[in-house]
Amino acid sequence: MLTETNPAHVGEVIVRARGIEKYFGDNHVLRGIDLDVRKREAVMVIGRSGSGKTTLLRCLNFLEEPTAGWVEIDDVRVNASPLHAHDRAHQERVRRLRLNAGMLFQEFNLFPHMSVLANCIEAPIRVRRLDRAHAVELAEEYLGKVGLIEKRDEYPARLSGGQKQRVAIARALCMEPKVLLFDEPTSALDPELVGEVLHVMEQLAHEGTTMIVVTHEMHFAREAADTVVFMEEGAILESGPPEQVLSAPRDERTRRFLRRFLDT
Amino acid sequence: MQGAVGIPSPSGSVLEELKQADRRGRRRWTIRFWATWAVLVGLLLVFLWFTNNLQLDWIAENGPLILTGAGVTVVVSVASIILASGLALLGALGRLSRSPVLNGIASLYVSLVRGTPLIVQVYFIFFALPQIGLVLPAIPSGILALGFNYGAYMTEIFRAGIQAVPRGQQEAASALGMPERMVFRRIVLPQAFRIVTPAIGNEFIAMIKDSSLVSFITVQELFWYARTRGTVEARTLQAMAIAAAFYWALTILFSFFQERLERRMARGDQ
Repeated sequence: MLTETNPAHVGEVIVRARGIEKYFGDNHVLRGIDLDVRKREAVMVIGRSGSGKTTLLRCLNFLEEPTAGWVEIDDVRVNASPLHAHDRAHQERVRRLRLNAGMLFQEFNLFPHMSVLANCIEAPIRVRRLDRAHAVELAEEYLGKVGLIEKRDEYPARLSGGQKQRVAIARALCMEPKVLLFDEPTSALDPELVGEVLHVMEQLAHEGTTMIVVTHEMHFAREAADTVVFMEEGAILESGPPEQVLSAPRDERTRRFLRRFLDT
Repeated sequence: MQGAVGIPSPSGSVLEELKQADRRGRRRWTIRFWATWAVLVGLLLVFLWFTNNLQLDWIAENGPLILTGAGVTVVVSVASIILASGLALLGALGRLSRSPVLNGIASLYVSLVRGTPLIVQVYFIFFALPQIGLVLPAIPSGILALGFNYGAYMTEIFRAGIQAVPRGQQEAASALGMPERMVFRRIVLPQAFRIVTPAIGNEFIAMIKDSSLVSFITVQELFWYARTRGTVEARTLQAMAIAAAFYWALTILFSFFQERLERRMARGDQ
């Protein structure tokens, strides 16, 4: 099912996925996903755990090799190549796809042996081949944006979980990707630290950052999403603007899921 | 501060007293610990004294001579641990490789070297290889044998260290568009190295002691001097006591440096 809505501020389609299938052994986790995301669109993927939403996100940048289908982000298209996943040519295509997509993880995954600044400039210098001064300038801009410029020389171990995730966001932004992929970015955080991360994400969404967010934060989805996608058993059951999917869902299973969430 | 009804909360002076008592207790423990060492070593020396075997003048005369071998011991150990670390890194890469050939080479290396005695390997390189025309001087032979041997053990240490780096680190680096090799060199390896440093230190200390085996291929190191002097003058007890004392001192010295290195590396984690 493709996204049917087109809010005024969004642009042309920049992320396209077609026929994404994923098996883990005999376990059929994704059952033919089609997804379009437009420029400046914030897409929130919701669904119960085990519905395949994290796997879908990881298939979009080939951290999981899909069993079938293809993904296109901006100018790079990669076909699923499960039999030749380690071939050099395929790896290189995947790498170019990943340059268009920044990824945020539940566990942050900052590099512990590097300072905050070094985390942010490592890939821009070595992968984008920016000169150091330019990379530092970018890093300072984005660290400022997530409100952590004063932590630039700290090591990750000295940051709180919320600060780590904000640095991870700055690190991803330093690559100036076309889309940000968030994999449950607040699930590993203490409740009082969730807000600061969601605040940064909301700000990014309002500024027109294209993003796909797998989340359990329903209030956040309602506030910041242009489109909400509901997944169940490896398929997209419903998608549309949050008012529709979250407030007046058409599918009975979506309704049941939301009822459980609103009860708690 | 408010205590339970009827029980006064501890005042500042009581807390201060508790802290002092704690400090006193810890100091007393340390004193007794070292006193135990002093007594045990003292008893040993007294025993040797009364069996008329301490012979301080012989020790004073031959000690410095035996000590000249310690330099070779340290040089051989340091060179061997460097060689071993290089081999271990290659071995670990092989053991983690998807290629059956590279994996096979690394596994065979580990299996063969771990399955044969070090002294056989030492003899093999110095005395057996010349039979097929490969003649190496004694010290390089010793370094090669020790490096080869320890490299095999350390392969498993390095492999475990690399695998101990969380999978998410590689994923985050790959997601930033780093190619596989760069991910390994810039992200995985530095973290793995930190993890294995204590283990390398332990291997090095074991290496200092095992380096005594190269005395059997004519390398004139600490144990060679001790053995020669002791045998010639029928003073093996004194000679071995001297050698033991020097080895012990060397390992204590390097343990000290190792501890400082680890403490410094841990600083980034706080």
